[in-house]
Amino acid sequence: MATTTAPTKAPGRGDRWAGPGMLLPFSLFYLLFLVGPLIYTVVAGFFDTSLLKSGLGDFAGLSNYSAVLGDSEFWRTLKNTLWFTVLTTVPLVLLSLTLAILADRFVRGRWFFRFAFFAPFVLPSAVVALMFTFIYADQVGLAQQAATWVGVDTPPSWLGDPDWAMISIAAATVWWTLGFNFVLYLAGLQDIPRSVHEAAAIDGAGPWQRIRHVVVPMLGRTTTLVTVLQVVASLKVFDQIYMLTNGGPDGSTRSSLQLIYDTGFVEGRVGYASTVSLLLFVVILLVSLVWFALVRRAEKER
Amino acid sequence: MTATATPPVTEQQTPVAGPRRKYDAERLFNRVALGVLVAFSLLWLVPLAWALATSIRPAQEVITDPTSWFTAHPTLAAYGDIFDAGKLPYWYANSFITSILTTVLTVVAGSLAAFALSQTRFRARRVAFVMLLAGIMIPGQVLMIPQFLALQEAGLLNTYWGVVLPQVPNVVAVFVFKQFFDGIPRELIDAARADGASWLRTYRQIVMPISRPVISAVTIFVFVGVWNNFLWPLLVVTDPEMMTLPVGLTSVQDVFGVPYAQLMASAVLGAIPLLAVFALFQRRIVEGIAGTGLK
Repeated sequence: MATTTAPTKAPGRGDRWAGPGMLLPFSLFYLLFLVGPLIYTVVAGFFDTSLLKSGLGDFAGLSNYSAVLGDSEFWRTLKNTLWFTVLTTVPLVLLSLTLAILADRFVRGRWFFRFAFFAPFVLPSAVVALMFTFIYADQVGLAQQAATWVGVDTPPSWLGDPDWAMISIAAATVWWTLGFNFVLYLAGLQDIPRSVHEAAAIDGAGPWQRIRHVVVPMLGRTTTLVTVLQVVASLKVFDQIYMLTNGGPDGSTRSSLQLIYDTGFVEGRVGYASTVSLLLFVVILLVSLVWFALVRRAEKER
Repeated sequence: MTATATPPVTEQQTPVAGPRRKYDAERLFNRVALGVLVAFSLLWLVPLAWALATSIRPAQEVITDPTSWFTAHPTLAAYGDIFDAGKLPYWYANSFITSILTTVLTVVAGSLAAFALSQTRFRARRVAFVMLLAGIMIPGQVLMIPQFLALQEAGLLNTYWGVVLPQVPNVVAVFVFKQFFDGIPRELIDAARADGASWLRTYRQIVMPISRPVISAVTIFVFVGVWNNFLWPLLVVTDPEMMTLPVGLTSVQDVFGVPYAQLMASAVLGAIPLLAVFALFQRRIVEGIAGTGLK
C-alpha cells in the first residue's frame, strides 16, 4: 500500500495495513463460512425457501416460527436432545473426575490409563458406530450376552426398545468421549501445588477427606469448563444416532440436528429447517450463557 | 500453562504424618483406587479388543458363536472382502488429502490472524478480536444448510475444496495461536522490527520457527478433527470415489448388512490410522488438549 512513500523504513509508518492485511485471509473464510451462513439462516427463517428452487422463495413472515413452535416433532426432538445431554453429561463429568483423581495418584501406570481411556476418543464416529452395531445387536451382541452373564434372563433389545435406545447410545458416547474430559481433569490436577497436598496430609486429613475438601473444590474451574463443553457438544449430537438407529425406534432417538438434516436435506424445506437451526442455536447459546452467569455468581460469593 | 512436567504425587512420595493407622488407610485407599482404575480401563478396552478379535475370525464361526473371543483359524478374509467391495484406497487417499489441505490452510490463515491480533497495532483490532470471540459461540453444524447451498452454487459439491473450505475458519485454533504469541517476549519482536524486518518477515522468520510446539499441537487436533468429521462430507460428497473414510465405511455397512466379521474389519481399518497417530503423538495430543488455554 504505502511502499512508495517510505524510502527508509520508519517503524510504524507504512505498515498501518500490516495487521488488517494479515488478518484478511482468515477473515474471508470467517465471513464466508460462518457470518454469512448465520445471516442467511436468520433471513431464510422468514421465507418459504426450498432446496429445489433457487432463491429465497416467498416471504413467509413468522409462519415458519409458528409452524415449528406448534410442531410436536420439534418439541420431541428437543426433548430427546436434552435427554441425551443429561444422560451423557452427568457420567462424563463425574466419571472422568473420579478416574482422573484416582489416576493422578499413580505416576507409573498413568500412561496405560491415559491410553485406555483416551484411545477411543480419536476414533471416527463411523468406527464407533460400526463397533456398537455389533455390541448392541440382538441375540448375538456382546451387551446382551454380558447381561445374561450377570443374571438378566431377557435383556432388552438395546437399540430396538424405545425406552433403552437413547440410553444405549449415550453409553456408547460415554465410552467414546470420556478420554477428552479425563485429560482436561489430569491437566487441572497438575495445577494443584504439591504443598497443598502435603499441608492437608500433615493436618491429618485422610485420602478421602483430601479429595473431598481440597482436590475437588480446587478443580472447580476445570469442572465448569468440562461441563459447558460437554453440554454444548451433546446438544449437537448427530453422527452416532444417525448411524446406530437413524432416529428410531419410533423417533425415540431423533435429535434436533437430525430434524434439521431431515427437513432441510431430505424434504428440502430450507426455510423450516433454518428456523429450527436458529432455535437450536438460541438454546445452545442460552445454556452456555446461563451456565456462565451462574458460575460467575458462585465465584463472586466465594 | 502447558502441562509438561508430571506431578509428583505418588504412593511412595505422599508423606503421611501420624500413627500407623493413617498409613494403613492410605495404603488401603491406594489399593481400592488401583482396583477401580484397572477395572474401568479394562472395561474401556473391551470394545476395541472385541472388534479386533472378531475381525480375524472366519465368517462362519462368527455366525455360529458370535460372542466368542478366540478362534483356532485366524484369517484376514474379512479384510479382503472389504477391500474388494468398497473403494478403500480412494477413501484413505481422500481423507488424507482433505485433512492435509484443511490443516495447512487452518494453520497458515489462523496463525497469521493470531499474529496480527497479538502483535500488530491497528484501529479495529479490538473489534476484530471481539467478533472472533463471538464466533466461538456459533455451533458450526447449525449452519450446514447455507454452507451447503453456497458450495452448491459455487459448483464445489463432490470436490476436495467442498470438504475443505468450510472447515478452515477454526476460531479455537486462532485462540490457541494467540495465547502462544502473547507469551513471546516483546523485545524479540521489537528487535526484529528495529532491524527493518517487515511484519510478514518477522512472522515468518522469527515467530513461526519458535512456535513449533503450538503449531504441532494445532496441526494434530485439526487433522484428527477433519479426518473424523462425518456430517459435513456426508452432505457434500455423494460420489463413492470422492468419499472420505468415515462416510465410505458406512456405505460398506449398507453393502454387507449383517456379517459382523466384515463390519469389525471395517471398524479396525478405520481405527488404525488414528490409533497410529495417537500412539506416535500421544504426548502432543494430550498437551494440546490440556494446554490450549481453555482451562
